[in-house]
Amino acid sequence: MKARITVTLKNGVLDPQGRAIANALHSLGFGGVEDVRQGKLIEVELKAADETSAKTELDAMCRQLLANPVIENYRVELL
Amino acid sequence: MKAAVIVFPGSNCDRDAAVTLEAVTGVKPAMIWHGDEALPKVDLIVLPGGFSYGDYLRSGAMAAQSPIVRAVKAEAERGVAVLGICNGFQILTETGLLPGALMRNSGLNFICRDVDLTVERADTAFTNAYTQGERVTIPIAHKDGSYFADDETLDRIEGEGQVVFRYATAEGGSGNPNGSRRDIAGLIDRTGRIMGLMPHPERAADAALGGIDGRRLFESLTRTLN
Repeated sequence: MKARITVTLKNGVLDPQGRAIANALHSLGFGGVEDVRQGKLIEVELKAADETSAKTELDAMCRQLLANPVIENYRVELL
Repeated sequence: MKAAVIVFPGSNCDRDAAVTLEAVTGVKPAMIWHGDEALPKVDLIVLPGGFSYGDYLRSGAMAAQSPIVRAVKAEAERGVAVLGICNGFQILTETGLLPGALMRNSGLNFICRDVDLTVERADTAFTNAYTQGERVTIPIAHKDGSYFADDETLDRIEGEGQVVFRYATAEGGSGNPNGSRRDIAGLIDRTGRIMGLMPHPERAADAALGGIDGRRLFESLTRTLN
């Protein structure tokens, strides 16, 4: 089974990398860019009995390691 | 005082910490490789600076889940003092032993230079050789040192006196180098036994290396834990 995990910074958490990207886009002439937030995309291949148990396990992975709940949100999709 | 320094693949301040500990305490610390199974009985465990496990995913994230850090947590629960310097501070926040998180510096650059700090607490096991409100100069060397916690957490840790060092932003101070919320440079936990800070006191503990303001942190620990 394959899963895609998207990790993003929570609202209100300063994202200096996103801001630097927005500035670069502005300097390239993309004047309409209002904000950029940068996150992470993690793909996991795993063996699991069914989708429910895969999701439970992926959720535990995110909570324990893949995301830091102090600053980040995560979303799990099975592909 | 007997100390142990944890050595991860990617640690690069472990020997500086060991040299300073030996100079101050007169006792050679135990150097504990991350793959070692057990920790010796010590009074202090140091998580040193560096880039443990390449700092993959997030700084300190891999180390926080390693078996040796689980052993450090167990010792901390027994009351052994734990000092996390730079990467060690990042590891302590990633384990949840200290609140908040350390994020990319607001200016996005790696910063390696002396900074001025204000000693907010001179009544802890780690800082009792300093004077309350004193200004000291200690170097930083990091890219992920911007302290973040939400407003509620910040109010709580301030209320409980957990902020030990702040970047000195008042007149004459070198200012907040990395965007840390409320200028936080170092924190202690509620028990007073676990401290983390981004500046490197072990790099300011010998006059030949440009400053000695960091030395008193180790003298405080020696005084307390002997």
